[in-house]
Amino acid sequence: MRNIEKNIARRKALDALFAIVGLLATFVGMITLAALVVDLAVDGAGRLSLKFFTSFPSRFPSEAGILSAWVGTTLVMLVTAVTAVPVGVAAGVYLEEYAPKNWLSALIEINIANLAGVPSIVYGLMALGLFVYQLNLGHSILTAGLTLALLILPIVIVATREAVRAVPATIREAAYALGATRWQTIRDHVLPYSTGGILTGVIIALSRAIGETAPLITIGALTFIAFLPEPPLKAEFPFVSFDWLMSPFTVMPIQMFNWMSRPQHEFHVNAAAAGLVLMAMTLAMNAFAIYLRHRFRKRIKW
Amino acid sequence: MSRLKGRRIRERIIELFLFLAALSSVAITVGIVGVLLYESERFFRHVSLVDFLTDTQWTVLFADPHYGILPLVAGTAVTSAIALLVALPLGTVIAIYLSEYAHVKAREILKPVLELLSAVPTVVFGYFALLFVTPLLQRVLPDLPGFNMLSAGIVIGIMIVPYVSSLSEDAMKAVPAHIREGSYAMGATRLQTAVRVVVPSAFSGIASAYVLGFSRAVGETMIVAVAAGTQPSLTLNPTQGAATITAYIVQVSLGDLPHGTVAYQSIFAAGLTLMVMTLAFNIAGYLLRKRFREKY
Repeated sequence: MRNIEKNIARRKALDALFAIVGLLATFVGMITLAALVVDLAVDGAGRLSLKFFTSFPSRFPSEAGILSAWVGTTLVMLVTAVTAVPVGVAAGVYLEEYAPKNWLSALIEINIANLAGVPSIVYGLMALGLFVYQLNLGHSILTAGLTLALLILPIVIVATREAVRAVPATIREAAYALGATRWQTIRDHVLPYSTGGILTGVIIALSRAIGETAPLITIGALTFIAFLPEPPLKAEFPFVSFDWLMSPFTVMPIQMFNWMSRPQHEFHVNAAAAGLVLMAMTLAMNAFAIYLRHRFRKRIKW
Repeated sequence: MSRLKGRRIRERIIELFLFLAALSSVAITVGIVGVLLYESERFFRHVSLVDFLTDTQWTVLFADPHYGILPLVAGTAVTSAIALLVALPLGTVIAIYLSEYAHVKAREILKPVLELLSAVPTVVFGYFALLFVTPLLQRVLPDLPGFNMLSAGIVIGIMIVPYVSSLSEDAMKAVPAHIREGSYAMGATRLQTAVRVVVPSAFSGIASAYVLGFSRAVGETMIVAVAAGTQPSLTLNPTQGAATITAYIVQVSLGDLPHGTVAYQSIFAAGLTLMVMTLAFNIAGYLLRKRFREKY
């Protein structure tokens, strides 16, 4: 009897111990995140000023800024979103609503799962060989946007599928009963109901793309750009211009990497400041996504 | 009547477009494999496969070039091994804690915050490894050079913790409650239930999480390019600096490399090696999952 009591006490002690270990392990992740933000803030917050956002990079660390970097990031993200969102949503809708059960559908499914494990730099190599040299798109914003679009396509597809799957079958049946076609049902009922989930996935995917560095270095993004691409809007006819698509570019993470790899400490300060801006962008996007998910989950009651 | 027919045709066209969009994901894979094979084939016209796999030097950009991939593979293996040594135990413990111990409300907060870790741009992690973790480690190991694989590996490990913990937790959550309750009814504690019942039942999903973690560690680029250095060296000593496959690709891409040279083709051969490594591990993971799959 004594033995059994001892045994029980030991097991309970181990159980309680693990509860503490588990909590500590979770905190290791959070403490790292906090240390990272604090480290960046301590190093770089002093550099943040309006001038930092409106200056081109420079040989003199105190005059260097991130103007060409944030403009480049914005334009590349525009191309990425415009390509990845329609294709990704269409693919997700097809796989969830249309795809017959055959080997081709199975192949597409396995393929999407495997793409998630492909290192991002490999996408860069593919873009270098295909977009830059085979299709002659050059080291341009267009190439960069397309590369990142391919990279985030699987994320958009998976998010769309989950959102579409969450719409109950009764909604579709009601639409069919009124004589709607399959596409009418999807366009007027399924897609509007799954917008929240799709949007959440798209924002998370774009926040991944904003921080991607390696594939863009691979396709030959420049690290020192002291000019802006052609503006997309013009005063004379036809008012819009797409010349900016073929412009050379740099983006926030590449600018940060460039400053980081210099020996002078002053440039490291610039890198920290750029890192802070980058972190603020990605964290804000993720926070917005979490908020959206929460809000839509609350509002829709079938 | 013709309106109905027009409607049917429109439906078919839309379905075709959606199908093409879905097929584009397969086109990406074909594109990746095609480009890597095409450029690598040209590379191997200049360099024999035996040299590539057995030469112990990788000095592509030197006057006397050697094309031995081993130093780069060693660098990749060391940083990934350190990363997995950090991420797998930490991620698994966190997954068990969140799935079996944590209060629902605590989990609702802890999980998204932890996932923010994987949202941090890797170049920022690189900064953290070079200018925070390395100086910290140098206090313990005064001889540690500024570029070293240890610091890069540890930071990669922390970065992939959320991948491992989130997927593992999903797998554990999917284990039916009656299996867990059976264990509790026999008098097992939460820890015993977790280790002897839940983890074995969820093994298939946990293995997928590990495989994804491995893929991320092997393919991680910016952290190693910033913190582990770009000097290829055949060493398994984590306190040394060494280039990984990915760091080499970045280093070459930063220079202005003419299209069609052997050095240009070498980054594709390096990329192909990277793909083969991840593929091999994915297949191993698949076989492992098949062997240990639990049915209930």
